[in-house]
Amino acid sequence: MAILEVAGLCKRFGGLQAVDEVSFAVESGEVLGLIGPNGSGKSTTLSLLMGVVRPDSGSVQLRDIEIAGQPTHAIAKRGMAMVFQHSRPLHRQTVLENIQLALLPDTIFQLCRAKQLVQRAREVADRVGLTAVLHQHPDALPFAFLRRLELAKALAADPAVLLLDEPFAGLAPRETREFSDLVVSLRGAGCAVVLVDHNVKAVAGLVDRIAAMHAGRKIAEGTPEQVTGNAHVREVYFGKSLDTTPQAPTARTEHDGRRLLETRIESVHYGQAEALRGVELHVDEGEFVSVVGLNGAGKTTLFDSILGFVGYRGDIQWRGNSLDGVKPAARASAGIALCPETRALFLHMSVRENLDLGGHALNRQARVEQRDQILKLFPVLAERASQSAYTLSGGEQQMLTIGRALMARPRLLLLDEPTLGLAPLIIEHISDALEQLQQDTGLAILLAEQNLTFAVKHSRRIYLLETGQLRWHGEADRFVAEVGADVL
Amino acid sequence: MNIAYAYWRTGLALLALIVTACLPAVTSSYYLLGVLTTAFYLAVYAMSWDLLFGYAGEVNFGPTFLIGLSAYAAGLCNTFLGWPVWVCIPIGTAAAMLGGLALVGPALRLKGPYFGLVTLVAVLLLGHAITIFSGYTGGEIGLALRDILTLSSTGNFYYALGLMAITAVVLRIVVRSPLGLILEASGQDSVATEALGFSVIKFKVLAFMLSALFSGLAGAMTVFYFGTASPGTVVVVAVTVQIIIATIIGGRRSIIGSILGAVFLVVAGEFLRPLGELSTTAVSILALLVLVFAPNGFISVFGRRGAR
Repeated sequence: MAILEVAGLCKRFGGLQAVDEVSFAVESGEVLGLIGPNGSGKSTTLSLLMGVVRPDSGSVQLRDIEIAGQPTHAIAKRGMAMVFQHSRPLHRQTVLENIQLALLPDTIFQLCRAKQLVQRAREVADRVGLTAVLHQHPDALPFAFLRRLELAKALAADPAVLLLDEPFAGLAPRETREFSDLVVSLRGAGCAVVLVDHNVKAVAGLVDRIAAMHAGRKIAEGTPEQVTGNAHVREVYFGKSLDTTPQAPTARTEHDGRRLLETRIESVHYGQAEALRGVELHVDEGEFVSVVGLNGAGKTTLFDSILGFVGYRGDIQWRGNSLDGVKPAARASAGIALCPETRALFLHMSVRENLDLGGHALNRQARVEQRDQILKLFPVLAERASQSAYTLSGGEQQMLTIGRALMARPRLLLLDEPTLGLAPLIIEHISDALEQLQQDTGLAILLAEQNLTFAVKHSRRIYLLETGQLRWHGEADRFVAEVGADVL
Repeated sequence: MNIAYAYWRTGLALLALIVTACLPAVTSSYYLLGVLTTAFYLAVYAMSWDLLFGYAGEVNFGPTFLIGLSAYAAGLCNTFLGWPVWVCIPIGTAAAMLGGLALVGPALRLKGPYFGLVTLVAVLLLGHAITIFSGYTGGEIGLALRDILTLSSTGNFYYALGLMAITAVVLRIVVRSPLGLILEASGQDSVATEALGFSVIKFKVLAFMLSALFSGLAGAMTVFYFGTASPGTVVVVAVTVQIIIATIIGGRRSIIGSILGAVFLVVAGEFLRPLGELSTTAVSILALLVLVFAPNGFISVFGRRGAR
């Protein structure tokens, strides 16, 4: 009998079926990878197992005991532990004290520390390679050590099942390897591991089995090879048509070759974590270029650097001039417009007001003209012109985001994940609008996408971003043939 | 080195306590003793508040809800039932602890500022109740008590100093213990703390009870020190603001810091009294300056690791 058995697990958030009849089992000493694109429900599944979120229905059995619906601390005591993606250690305490915390009994009657506590904390620290930094404070440590600290805390209670939520996010390749080795060493100790990540490749060398998820459902399960070969999985990641014959890209306006944007970013740091390293790319006038990569690859950070929202080392040039020291607002007025992933609409303003705010720099007449053009491009927005933005559907909101960005009459449009969470039909609409837009105005577009189908369909060139570095760059039609297998 | 430093600090705190305790022997200024007595009670409020805010991570904008409950419960028992001071103070404290228990529910359901609003409303409700039942409570004017702690300034000084010292020692033991570690962790990230196997609710209840215990004791003793219970001294928002400023300028998550902050605030207020109405403004500006230039409070000047 497997140590962890999950059957028919369901969770609904409002209108979204986040997890839908998910079942799987894990044995002691086994590593199961749970993969799927953004929003496929894999992280929610982990939260359900740990009891952070209560399942609507379904069963979770840990060592043959039903734990679904129990409070988190009770589940933890039964032998489940979890390493969260975002760690928040105690900053005023040392690493050793942070580990001691995880070893304490759950009672309020403890004013003195047990003598063996320090010794046991040292042993746990030794297991994950933290011995050298025992007396340091967490905020003085590199990011990879913080991840290890979280792992140490989770291992302190000798869990039977360990849940890891995107354990490699934000780690450099060498750190990823070291952390993988740690996870593998747990297998020998008889611990069952469930880890969540975006794609097969990241976890292939590490897991015994993979369960792939899409839209809340488990769509495949098996060895990494089986899952990679699964038709349904390939379709989810690549789209139907691309897999067999690379489709001839339809909208590729000939660009006149004038350089619009050129980045030579040496690095971007968030505290200890390095988000981008050595990213050199360019976009020419009228060109459609995509940056593809998984969550956390650094796409949004790249856009934030281009607009000057984050500090970077290196140089970014706009039409031959360095943007060094130029404020975000000035960069926007120079002709760079951003459609953020979060959309960042003014939700309580009407569609028209949102558009007008986007064109605040234009004079009245130009603004009306521009607005009419955009409403022609997205007719559905014309119907909703006086509605509040929050009453729009996700797809309409995305159109409004693009429309608002276009109001400033940019030369370059930065599109951050425009297809995220949208239905195929809506994506089609947006797709058509972008084609039209390029034909009519010769606008250059830099797209950041996880949806490879969408990116390959539109782009002339593609950059593949992986853990903050450019891994591949080339014409769009070579993409699937050359690196397609790697990004699955 | 860390341990030596800790001994050194404890030694310094003891020395300060002894020097303070000797004050009545060297000065006969009732004024000075009176000022310090008020400051010590404020210090107890501040320490109790910091246990919730600094350690347990609960944004409590209503410390005076607990203080006021205790003050009025004790005061009413004394005035109307004629019970002696030493019975009324425990009754007041029990009332504060019941109030603290009532806050645990909302604290577990709501986060950050939303819980803060609940505590603010709790204070307003208490204020309204005092006004509505002014026949008993004396309303805005206050409730005159039959008894007081003692007539002697020196006696009052020692009562306050004693309460402050006991509070400081108990709270320091708690926050330095494994218990304090769990409390601080649950204040920082309650989900992750639950995932480590701690039932956070238990620790939150304990934090509220401890905070209510000491602020309740101080609240009841304050009214028996003044001989009256009035909204202006134990309920209004101005008192809350004083408690918060004292804690923050002294240093959050620091027992000694709260004491330093409270003494500074009261003494500075006295020094600036000649400025009249302006004195409040001056103290506020001073507090702002400390916040901006030493956001971790006075205590951070003593080379302690910054609180985050």
